[in-house]
Amino acid sequence: MTATDRQATGATWLRRNRQVVAPVLFLLPGLLFFLVYVLLPVAQSVQISFFRWDGLGEPDYVGLANYRELAGDRAFEVSVINNVKWLLLYLLAIPGGLFIALFLNQTVTGIRLYKSLFFFPFVISQVVVGLVFTWFYDPTFGLLNAILGAVGLGPVNVLGDPALATYGIIVAGLWPQVAYCMILYLTGLNAVDPEQVEAARLDGAKGWRMLWYVILPQLRPATFIAFVVTIIGALRSFDLISVMTNGGPFGSTRVLSFYMFEKALGEYGFRMGYGAAIAVVLFLIMLVFIAYFLWSMWRQERGA
Amino acid sequence: MFPRPIETQPRAAQLTYQAMIPLALVLWLLPLLAVAVFSVKPDADFTTGNYWAWPSRFAGLENYGKVFLESDMPRYLLNSVLITVPTVLGAVALSCMTGFALGVYKFRGNLLIFFMFVAGNFVPFQILMVPVRDLTLELGLYNTKAGLVLFHVAFQTGFCTLFMRNFIRALPVELIEAARVEGVAEWRIFWFVVLPLMKPAIAALSVLIFTFVWNDYFWAVVLTQGAESQPVTAGITSFNAQYRAAYHLMSAGSIVAALPPVAMFFLMQRHFIAGLTLGAVK
Repeated sequence: MTATDRQATGATWLRRNRQVVAPVLFLLPGLLFFLVYVLLPVAQSVQISFFRWDGLGEPDYVGLANYRELAGDRAFEVSVINNVKWLLLYLLAIPGGLFIALFLNQTVTGIRLYKSLFFFPFVISQVVVGLVFTWFYDPTFGLLNAILGAVGLGPVNVLGDPALATYGIIVAGLWPQVAYCMILYLTGLNAVDPEQVEAARLDGAKGWRMLWYVILPQLRPATFIAFVVTIIGALRSFDLISVMTNGGPFGSTRVLSFYMFEKALGEYGFRMGYGAAIAVVLFLIMLVFIAYFLWSMWRQERGA
Repeated sequence: MFPRPIETQPRAAQLTYQAMIPLALVLWLLPLLAVAVFSVKPDADFTTGNYWAWPSRFAGLENYGKVFLESDMPRYLLNSVLITVPTVLGAVALSCMTGFALGVYKFRGNLLIFFMFVAGNFVPFQILMVPVRDLTLELGLYNTKAGLVLFHVAFQTGFCTLFMRNFIRALPVELIEAARVEGVAEWRIFWFVVLPLMKPAIAALSVLIFTFVWNDYFWAVVLTQGAESQPVTAGITSFNAQYRAAYHLMSAGSIVAALPPVAMFFLMQRHFIAGLTLGAVK
C-alpha cells in the first residue's frame, strides 16, 4: 500500500464513521472533566468511608466501623432529624411562590419592576442572606425584635435558642427559595391557555376551584421543576448554617452536609473516613430523589 | 388570564391592589432594607444605641469608602471575578460541545451519558469533598484560583449539558440534515450552523453560571484559605472578623459582596429568567 492509498483509506474510514467519531470527540473534553471531578469522587468517597484516615497518613481499613459508629452518634441523629425538618418545611416554598406569583400576575404599570424586585433575593449569595437574617434576628439591635418590642412582645433570641434556631435558618433559606418558585410559576402562568380559562369561567368556575382544576394542571411542568430545585436546595443547605450558627447552639442546627464538613475538615480534627460515611448517607437520601427525577425525565423523553 | 385581570374589577379594588404591592414589597425586602439602612449610618449611632431611628447623618460615602479603600474587599472581589469569568467560559464551551453531541447524534448510550450528567449535577457536594480536595492538593492547586476554576468548570458542565442538550433538541433538525446532504464536515456544522443558533442559550447560561459560581461558598472554604485566592463569599467572613461589631461596615461589606450578581441580574434579566425557567413551560 502506498502512502497516498493509506491516506485515502484513512480519509474514507473517517468519512464512513464520522457519525460515530464526531460525537465522541465532542463529548470527550466535557465527559473527562466530569468523570474526574464528579463521578470518580463519588466512588472514591464510598471507598474512603470504609477507612479510618486523617487525610495525611496511611488509611486504615476498618470495614463498616464508621457506619456502626454513626448508628450510636447523637450528633448524627440530630443532623438527620434536622434534614427532615429542612425537607418538609422547605417545600412550603412551592405554595409560597405560587401565592406571590398569583398576586403579581397582573398587568398594572410598573409590575415588571415589582416582579424583579420580588425575585432578586434569589440572586444574592446565601452567605449574605445568612448575614442579613442573623442581624435581622439579633436580640439587641435586630429589626425583628424592634418590631416585636413595638407591639409589646419580649425579645426573642431566635438563633440562640436550640428549639428555634433551625426554624430561624429555614425561614432565611425560604426567602430566596420562594422567590425562585415564584419566578417559575410566573413563567408558567404566562403560558396558561386563556381559552381554557375563559371556557371554565363560562362554566361558572372561579377562585379555588378554577385554580385547582384548571390552572394547576397546566402548571405541572413548573411545579415539577419547583419540586426538584426545592428538594435539592433543602438537602444542600450548608452556607446558611455555617454563617448563621456554625451548627450551634449546642449542635442543634447541624444537618448532614454541615456535620460531614465539621468531621472531615472542622476544628475537631480530620476524620475523612467518618466524614465520608456521613456523606454517603446524605448521598443515599439524595439518590432516592435523583432516581425519581431521572425516572420522570425518562418518561418525558420517551413521550417526546 | 388567571387570576382575573384587576382592570376588570371595581375602581376600589384596583386602588387597593396598587397600594398593596409596594407595601408587600417593603415587607418582603425588610431584612435587606434593614441592612441597607445600617450601611449608611455613622459609627456613632451604634455606640449610642440608635439602631432604628433615622440615621443621625448620612455616612454612606464614608462607610463604603472604607470598604473599598481600607479593607481586603477589592482583593476578594477581584478574586471572585478571576474565578467566575474563566469558569463561565470553560463550562459554556465544554457544554456547547457535549450538548451538541447528545442533542444531534443518535448512538447507543446517548441517553445514559445524558442522564449521568444530570444525576451528577444533583449530587450533594459533600460526597465530592474529600476526593476533590485531595486531587486539588495533588495537582498543587490547593489555595489557588485555578483549583477552584477547574472544579467549578467540571461541576457546572453537568447542569450546562442538560440545558444545552435540551436547547439543541428544540432546534429544527432540517437545518443540520440539509448541511449534511451538502457534505459539510461535522465540526463545521457545529461551528457555522448550530453555534450561531445557540446564542440565546449561551447568554442565558452565562448569566446563570456567573451567579451560581459567584455565590459559591462551600468550595471556596474547602479549596482556598487566604486573601490571595479566596472569593468574596469566603472573604466576607474574614472581613467581618476584622470589623467585629462595626455593623455599619459589615453591612456595607455585605452589600458590596452581593452586588455583582444583582447587577448582572438586572442587566441581563430576560436571559437570566429564560435560563432559570427553561422547562417550566411545555
